Amino acid sequence: MARTAATADAFSAVAEPRRRELLDALAGGERSVNELVHALGIAQPQVSKHLRVLREVEAVAVREDGRHRLYRLDGRALKPIHDWVQAYERTWSDRFGALDEVLEEMQREEEGAHGGE
Amino acid sequence: MVANSRTATVTLPTDEEILVTREFDAPRELVYRAWTTPELVERWWHANRGEVTLVEIDLRVGGGWRYVMVADGGMEVGFHGVYREVVPNERLVSTETYEGVPEGVSEEDATTLNTVTFAESDGRTTVTLLVQAPSRATRDAIVESGMEDGLQDALDLLESVAISLRSP
Repeated sequence: MARTAATADAFSAVAEPRRRELLDALAGGERSVNELVHALGIAQPQVSKHLRVLREVEAVAVREDGRHRLYRLDGRALKPIHDWVQAYERTWSDRFGALDEVLEEMQREEEGAHGGE
Repeated sequence: MVANSRTATVTLPTDEEILVTREFDAPRELVYRAWTTPELVERWWHANRGEVTLVEIDLRVGGGWRYVMVADGGMEVGFHGVYREVVPNERLVSTETYEGVPEGVSEEDATTLNTVTFAESDGRTTVTLLVQAPSRATRDAIVESGMEDGLQDALDLLESVAISLRSP
């Protein structure tokens, strides 16, 4: 599947660990910059810089609330990434589902062996 | 975590990495044995997408491994590698080379470094699989191969629907 430039940008934006931490923090709801500074434990200019990148790819939206600017997650930009990994995720989910069955059987065999002692 | 433990979680920690996490309702000795015993790997590695036709595991540092499976569509896919670290019941590090790369792609570009860890808590085991690719392009190609699997699922489903429509 070819990815569009916009999607590739979202991938790059999300590849940075601090930006993923920001997205995680925003997953809990709207946050002000101060709250995000507190949550991540890094300086405010850095938080603002990362927020700017996330806003550019529209992964984060902002609104004015009195003296505060509140940031929130915008899932639409992240959906292509989610879709992209989902099929890979399904392969592993199916594989591990089969492994569950093998493990259950192994546990039954072990219990049977102990029961026979 | 427990409520959602049946689904494998896939994240992309960096441009070159894929991280797969899953919790199992079994002690880690069993999970490790199922992961490293050829007759047992044969029974789960197929991911319901075909039949595993070969599993070779030489479980020691420097030892090789090779898995081959024939997918339901008839396509044969093989992977092989070498173990770099073997810590029983805890950690495995190995290379993994996909044998079906198109011409012109070097073996190096088709090789990832995979780290599997087994962590037990309250009789349950969390497995993490970190795939480190040599480049973002390789990482993306691996994830996109999962995309094809998804497409195959959809086609299979379409076929079964088509067959059901054929009946009077």
